[in-house]
Amino acid sequence: MALSVKHLLDTVSLTADDITQILDTGRSFAEVNSRAIKKVPALRGRTIVNLFLEPSTRTRSSFELAEKRLSADSLNMGGSTSSVVKGESLADTIQTISAMNVDMFVCRASLAGTPHLIAENTDAVVINAGDGKHQHPTQAMLDLYTMREHFGHLNGLKVAIIGDLSHSRVAGSLVPALKTMGATPILVGPPTFQVSDPAYWGVEQTSDLDAVIPEVDVVYLLRVQLERMGGAVIPSKREYNRLFGVDERRRALMRPGSIICHPGPMNRGMEIMHEVADAPEAKVLDQVTAGVATRMAEMYLLLGGEGVAH
Amino acid sequence: MAEQGPKARIMDERDMRRTLTRIAHEVVEANEGIEDVALVGIVRRGADLAELLADELEAIEGTRPPVGSLDISFYRDDVVRHIQPVLHATNIPFSVDGKDIVLVDDVLYTGRTVRGALDAIMDFGRPDTVQLAVMVDRGHRELPIRADYVGKNVPSATDEDVRVSLPETDGAMAVEIWDAEADQPGGER
Repeated sequence: MALSVKHLLDTVSLTADDITQILDTGRSFAEVNSRAIKKVPALRGRTIVNLFLEPSTRTRSSFELAEKRLSADSLNMGGSTSSVVKGESLADTIQTISAMNVDMFVCRASLAGTPHLIAENTDAVVINAGDGKHQHPTQAMLDLYTMREHFGHLNGLKVAIIGDLSHSRVAGSLVPALKTMGATPILVGPPTFQVSDPAYWGVEQTSDLDAVIPEVDVVYLLRVQLERMGGAVIPSKREYNRLFGVDERRRALMRPGSIICHPGPMNRGMEIMHEVADAPEAKVLDQVTAGVATRMAEMYLLLGGEGVAH
Repeated sequence: MAEQGPKARIMDERDMRRTLTRIAHEVVEANEGIEDVALVGIVRRGADLAELLADELEAIEGTRPPVGSLDISFYRDDVVRHIQPVLHATNIPFSVDGKDIVLVDDVLYTGRTVRGALDAIMDFGRPDTVQLAVMVDRGHRELPIRADYVGKNVPSATDEDVRVSLPETDGAMAVEIWDAEADQPGGER
């Protein structure tokens, strides 16, 4: 078996060797994606179920393209069209679909732990495509890929993760993955967005963005997720933008050669200003491109090692 | 890993260099020059051999044909049994359309690698012809595939392992027969 894990549920379980394998294999798939014919028969005849219980455009299209380019057969199930709304329990739904002999579930859900619940109810491989505020491991892999392609290495990089830390599954996956690869994450956000226990992750946390920006290689902006916030955690968009948004002034503070990443979709005018979002340092579209290649690598490595016993 | 050493050495460096020169002449003859010829080596040792063959062609014709490399991991028909991280990227820095492609590999055995390579080449375009050059043909074909240029026919048993060593990958140049190990690292299957 190639990876040390059967499922891709979080980044905490991944070893440095696992992550390196995903990034290296992703590079070969990036070459496939640059061809006129962007398709290889690697997962021909394998069936993958995309179970998206929460709205998603970019992650879902990225997975669907990755599956098509691997020649896998895919089945798309959304929250509103599935039996979940008819009152069937998720465990029953998963057991039912599993009985149709599928090889993999790709799951996006608003409740943390849903992918783990799926994994307990099927023999198929499960990839977590984002669960609540918990984890989004495939996002972390594409982020690491983008950073490694730019800098040539991950070891020793300093990465400021800025914004809505406490609601962010992106930070939840990225922080442990960066640490595994020898990089140093630094959390930056207003007190209401900060995580309650940065020591749990073994990282620094601050609200002084201007002091951090000149020190780091990567300025990683999180999306302010207005839909995940209960009440008034920030006074106003304008105030957030003034204190934590990256504008031309803050861009000028960045170290030469450093880059800006954002998992998307960007709130232009809030965490990132228009002119900065389109600046050469912003690698947002490179991240999107890397997403298809790294997801191909994850599915290929997870399904390839699954054996012939189906 | 305790290894006893090779059972037999079939070719040494001088044999292999002479053979490459001969194959280069055959390629030139069959294609009436190398104007449209391009070499594509199957990683790893096929890619090493393609570079050596390009050297020979350059010595004969005065121009060096384009050389590419092909990793066929994504095209294998046995991916579930032989999963490996893919480190040797495919790199074909020219258009294959209208070219006479000479696929290069070290050992021709079951033919399954070549089948995968043919699929992969076709994904890059439509060559005029695809030809196959191998250093060793050891028999035991499982598919209707044959080589156009063969360095040496080496009748072998399935419990033997035919190993080609090349300077780039192995630091030496030889063709040897070994006893197959249960878990052989570089076998063709």
